[in-house]
Amino acid sequence: MNAVVRPPVLCGQHSVASVTDQVSRIVLDRPTGRVWLLAFALAFAFTGLLAVGIGCLLIEGVGIWGLDIPVAWAFAIADYVWWIAIGMAGTFISAALYLTRQDWRTSLNRYAEAMTVFAVSVSGIFPILHLGRPWFFYWLAPYPSRMGVWPQWRSSLVWDFFAILAYLIVSIVYFYVGLIPDLASLRDRAVTRGKQVFYGLLALGWRGEARHWQRFETLSLLLAGLAVPLVFSVHSMVALDFSEAILPGWHESIFPPFFVAGALFSGFAMVLVLGIPLRHWFGLEDFITERHLTNMAKMMLAAGLFVDYSYVWEIFSAFYGMDRYDVTMTVNRFVGAYAWVFWTTIFCNVLTIQLLWSPRVRRNHLALFGISVVVLIGMWFERFLLIVSSLYRDFLPARWGMFYPTFWDLAFLAGSIGLFFLLFLLFVRLLPMLSMFELRKLVHKLGGQHG
Amino acid sequence: MTDAASHGYLVEFASAEGLLEAVRYMRTAGYTRLEAYTPFPVEGLADALGPPRNRVPLLMLLGGLLGGVGTLAMEYYADVIAYPLDIGGRPNASWPAFIPPALEMTVLFAALFGVVGMLWANGLPRLYHPLFNVDRFAAASRDGFFLLVRADDPQYDAVRVTHDLAGLAPGWAGEVPP
Repeated sequence: MNAVVRPPVLCGQHSVASVTDQVSRIVLDRPTGRVWLLAFALAFAFTGLLAVGIGCLLIEGVGIWGLDIPVAWAFAIADYVWWIAIGMAGTFISAALYLTRQDWRTSLNRYAEAMTVFAVSVSGIFPILHLGRPWFFYWLAPYPSRMGVWPQWRSSLVWDFFAILAYLIVSIVYFYVGLIPDLASLRDRAVTRGKQVFYGLLALGWRGEARHWQRFETLSLLLAGLAVPLVFSVHSMVALDFSEAILPGWHESIFPPFFVAGALFSGFAMVLVLGIPLRHWFGLEDFITERHLTNMAKMMLAAGLFVDYSYVWEIFSAFYGMDRYDVTMTVNRFVGAYAWVFWTTIFCNVLTIQLLWSPRVRRNHLALFGISVVVLIGMWFERFLLIVSSLYRDFLPARWGMFYPTFWDLAFLAGSIGLFFLLFLLFVRLLPMLSMFELRKLVHKLGGQHG
Repeated sequence: MTDAASHGYLVEFASAEGLLEAVRYMRTAGYTRLEAYTPFPVEGLADALGPPRNRVPLLMLLGGLLGGVGTLAMEYYADVIAYPLDIGGRPNASWPAFIPPALEMTVLFAALFGVVGMLWANGLPRLYHPLFNVDRFAAASRDGFFLLVRADDPQYDAVRVTHDLAGLAPGWAGEVPP
């Protein structure tokens, strides 16, 4: 036996029937509740703000944001990188922990995958709107057009288009395939005709035949095997958007792994930000146990330390390389106009997470939630700093200029958060937030004490 | 010996192990058209039912090759034949730069081929199935383990199936209308 006593992955007395009943009841029987309605109303209002913002942008153009030369990339790109990064951790938890046979993954993967799908969907809005003429976004796709023009395959922006497209479709498909057996459970449990038809159509007639399960498991395994390199490649492409440019502060070969670590860091934070309230409000303490929260906190700390290492390396390489523009840019981050953003980033992403070394902090859910929020804020500021600090001091002093956000910059950020939570709240009401069939399998595997 | 009045005979077992044992027993007793329904994947059950046929991996390989090689071919066509652009004197066929989109499309096509292949091989979507007429069958997605002896089995006979299964502690049992 293992010498370290760990909290169990599943608490309470559960049978294959009781896990199914408890999870499906949340969707089928539980009244909507005031907290949910309030949250939904709030999320809906912010989504409305985003919709108005998009309307204004289509009429007026990207000028409604505070963009200008030299800072032609700012909030929208920071928002894009921030959201797509949050998505990465969902796939990583689901796929990498599946391949490494971690049984504590079972309670997290469903809502983490949902988080991925919604975060990637939200992130995709920004680069399209940023195009200037968003209605021509399909020009990025290779097709035999009348203009006789093809995409420029050497451009990292074209690679990024392919990466987001593949990632969005694969994450939706991965999420949906994993849902099919659970949709069948909901179809069989539903009592009203409307729900039976709704879940029945989505379940595609799944019956759970042994040979069907075999193909299903083969597919899950292979999809997980594809998803892990996909996560790494997609966020590396996002990093290449920057490092393919020759700007000091962007043109760095450490960017792809640095970005991937940052993505997992902020994604784990979002998993905790979503998981702690879900567990509390929906009474999921038996499924999302201390073990899950502690493990997520440790993974967040590990990813965070890698991010911190990258910060140190970035600074070191600037001085070690002795390129005068690189050194100036780096010093400018410490003391320049955006120094407060740099120090906020350091406070959030370097100092705050050191608290996670303490087991007492990891067991304190409120503290864990707070640290995760701080990490999310810190990672947003990091992206903002990275983009703007390289742009606002151009090579020619005559071209220097500051970036000031407009109301719409803030509205798009708040609105995208609203849209994400709107989608997530709908998911919580309409779909099982834990994977029932995997919980049944886990109960069966744990046998004895839970049988 | 096909009994047109019935889809088959459905028997419930209390546990995955009980079902697995029953499947093995029925196979040795000579039944060939057996189906087993479980609320979660049970290891070894598909193999016990007969020689498995699982082409999902092959389909995913083909999909991945199609996506990857197809994208490389398209990039070559676009940059070398259809729309050559001299950018800083770099070769038109810049293979290293062609790899990122090809990699993404490899993953995308493999995943899509796998999903469509899994559904196709499983005969899904199939919104109507005779088993859905059996009320008890709803337990197959909760805690019920079911064995179905299909009516097109050469040995099929409801009385005989009941007799053959008597020693295996079956639970609920009944005929499935077509």
